[in-house]
Amino acid sequence: MNHDVKQSNSKADQGLSHRPMTGNEALARGAWEAGVKVGSAYPGTPSTEIMENLSGYSSKDLAAQWATNEKVACDVAIGASFAGVRAVTSMKHVGLNVASDALMSVTYIGVNGGLVLIVCDDPGIHSSQNEQDSRMFAKLAMVPCLEPSDAQEALDFTKLAFNLSEQFDTPVMVRSTTRLSHTRSIVQLSERAEVPSKGFVNNPSKNVMMPNNARIRHPKLIEREQNLADYFESSDINKWEKGRKDIGIITLATSYAYVKETIPDASVLKLGVSYPLPGKLITEFCQSVDRVLVIEELEPVVENDIKVMGIAVEGKKFFPRVGEFSPEIIRQSLEDAGVLENRNLAPGHDQRPTPRPPVLCAGCPHTSGYMAIRALDGRVMGDIGCYTLAAVEPLRSIDTCVSMGSSIGNAIGVAKAGMNTKPIIATIGDSTFLHAGIPALIDAVYNNVDITVILLDNHITAMTGGQNHAATGKTLRGDETHRIDFEKLISAVGVEWIRRTDSYDIASMYQTFREATEYKGVSVVISDRPCVLDPVKVKGPSLTVISENCVACQSCMNLGCPALSWSDEWYDGHHKVKIDASACIGCTLCAQICPADSIRPLETQTH
Amino acid sequence: MSKPTVKDQASTPKVTNVLIVGVGGQGVIMVSKVLALMCQKNGYQVKQSEVHGMAKRGGSVFSHVRFGEQVWSPTIPAGEADVLLSLEWAEGLRWLNYLEPTHGTFITDTQHIVPPFACLNRKRGAVRGYSTETPAQIVAEVANGLALDATSMASELGNPRASNTVLLGTLSTTLNFPVEQWLDVITEFVPPKTVEINRQAFLQGRKWSEQAKSEIITDTVVSPLSAVYTEHAANDDFELRLTKEWCKGCDICVKMCPERCLGLDAEQRVELRDPGRCTGCRLCEWLCPDFAIDVIKPAPQRKSA
Repeated sequence: MNHDVKQSNSKADQGLSHRPMTGNEALARGAWEAGVKVGSAYPGTPSTEIMENLSGYSSKDLAAQWATNEKVACDVAIGASFAGVRAVTSMKHVGLNVASDALMSVTYIGVNGGLVLIVCDDPGIHSSQNEQDSRMFAKLAMVPCLEPSDAQEALDFTKLAFNLSEQFDTPVMVRSTTRLSHTRSIVQLSERAEVPSKGFVNNPSKNVMMPNNARIRHPKLIEREQNLADYFESSDINKWEKGRKDIGIITLATSYAYVKETIPDASVLKLGVSYPLPGKLITEFCQSVDRVLVIEELEPVVENDIKVMGIAVEGKKFFPRVGEFSPEIIRQSLEDAGVLENRNLAPGHDQRPTPRPPVLCAGCPHTSGYMAIRALDGRVMGDIGCYTLAAVEPLRSIDTCVSMGSSIGNAIGVAKAGMNTKPIIATIGDSTFLHAGIPALIDAVYNNVDITVILLDNHITAMTGGQNHAATGKTLRGDETHRIDFEKLISAVGVEWIRRTDSYDIASMYQTFREATEYKGVSVVISDRPCVLDPVKVKGPSLTVISENCVACQSCMNLGCPALSWSDEWYDGHHKVKIDASACIGCTLCAQICPADSIRPLETQTH
Repeated sequence: MSKPTVKDQASTPKVTNVLIVGVGGQGVIMVSKVLALMCQKNGYQVKQSEVHGMAKRGGSVFSHVRFGEQVWSPTIPAGEADVLLSLEWAEGLRWLNYLEPTHGTFITDTQHIVPPFACLNRKRGAVRGYSTETPAQIVAEVANGLALDATSMASELGNPRASNTVLLGTLSTTLNFPVEQWLDVITEFVPPKTVEINRQAFLQGRKWSEQAKSEIITDTVVSPLSAVYTEHAANDDFELRLTKEWCKGCDICVKMCPERCLGLDAEQRVELRDPGRCTGCRLCEWLCPDFAIDVIKPAPQRKSA
């Protein structure tokens, strides 16, 4: 990723005016061109690359940094706006839940320097725990929500968002989706506009949200909503494309591309904004055609608002409320709506899928922890990260997974509910622990529960592709910084039983976990090994299976290691095992659990 | 601000669809970036769409590349891929329904990357949960099929990772872009140390497909799976014999049983709680320090091939 960032900026420096960019690269470019001075985010697919790309621009132009969580990121951006400069925060949809507390108040305050939130939804749940529609949050917060449909618009709308923010005294949300964020198309670039700082403006009645002040601000939000709606009536981010009179389609974001692909001759009103809506423009459009369909991914946000205006439109009656749209789905729904004829396509080829779900990497330090945990037979509360993959076969040792940092709080609840036949265990990664685990750990100590927290410390934010955090000792730009010491931190909140173990020593892991679960009170085990992919790719000497000794017990296969698979030899009706030397990193976990001692280092096998 | 733009509809001209698929880490994204840049250099509008996030963790990866005078949707509709380029055998079969049935070209590496998930069945005589189709079967089924052992070809050149460039060479014969330009773009994308090997790999892939078009394609890989299956599937009868007097209740078998079908009884001695789940894997027998567990199986019935 870093390679890409560097490459993209060097090209930009060469004065290339057009170049292919992903939606995320374009969103970052838009913020940079708009003269943004401070950017802060917590990584989360599909939004991660926005802040990574922003950090590819010079530190003389802007500060770009990883925050502990999305609320902190949002507060950092709000602070920069108070100080009079343009600021941006980016997050995935569920990150907005975390940031929403700040958003709901800052919308009353408004802005000094332009304040933009870039929120990436994940329709289809490619890499998330839900597919909530963030546009509902924009409505709840009464902040305008711009919806680009391609990379060019991602750049243009982001720039516009900063102008609108300052013009209307409001935070502005730019909403992307996985498809937009991760699609590359040609983008026209411009220079950066330097926007001078406005300085901090002393205005407590506006900047301090307490009841008396907030009561005065609320009517101003309603006024602002109307002013924005009036503005969008004539804004060129909405496009009216005249076509067939019998069918009109109101659409936005990537759905627009699918509409153009599927029914190119329809009349189309492509909205660039989903809240607040330009009512007159929509009314005029609806009057110009016989029938109107609203096509939007996920929830009927725009559709319902148009219905409230008293206009008869159809939408979710035909188009799904779940999952990601595609040209096929739009086509099928248009057929269901009687707008398109049924295409009698020749039958295509059959799909013959071999199941290939994502798995923990060869040598992943999380593996041994879950092998030890399943032997303990505990009640295990999981969390968000690569290790959520331990919920499925063959590790199958996580009972729950809710949201960032939930594991510890969930464990407290399970313990307080009186479940004491099994040890109660919370497993949480290092970055997730910093994000939202610390308050829950304090709660566990405060409320004196009997739980074990296993901190899976792989020294990186791994799931999103290897980002630094407060315990890696490096910033987003790679500069050295203070490194959080987990033992000191955990000890400081009052945990008295803390051990650190080597994730590659499975016997020690099991022993330590057993002692931890036998301890009455809050115990914490830090399972310690760096991720095998980031920040450096780990590769040690490979192991090999001595096939004559292998008794095909499948013990090692229970690790779920992708370097292990069945060989073509058999023992007593079961497949013997082989190791792919190019994938094996030499963690030795399989050798440690092999009951026949048939896994040895490759280089010593000279015959 | 100006009034909303009003423009007339234009009909959509022909778009070429290339779907590139493989396993995380194989270079699917690199291949699609090379292709996207080629399209751009030849004056086409191009959209390239991918999904990452879980990709690094050995899962399926796919990338849609669409180019033409005007491209709308970033994704290719099912059944409309002009070319399906697969860097791994089973991944190609996963996406076969995206291939245009009457003229689509299927280009695939015949090498297998067997996921651990395909090897999880602990029962006797279990088969891998992996494709058993042969390249000849599939080539006969699609309109145009090019199945080559690109990984071996790249290994012979000195780096199996260049297999994706071999496949790019094969892809290049289906598109009208100049060879020199392909080589220039590849040079731009690969690490400097591997430029020469990638150029050779590209030319090798081109050469192979030119030959393949004039000859009948023969199978390069024969599935090793089906032949041995019947021999081992013969008999699932086995018995778990527990010598309770020898058991000291150490719990090792209970904790390590992958099916979790053992337990300790009131006297802290081993018992089989869930016989239906036992696969006879013998792990408990191997691990028991007191030889208290025997898995008794009838001898497999050997069949001559």
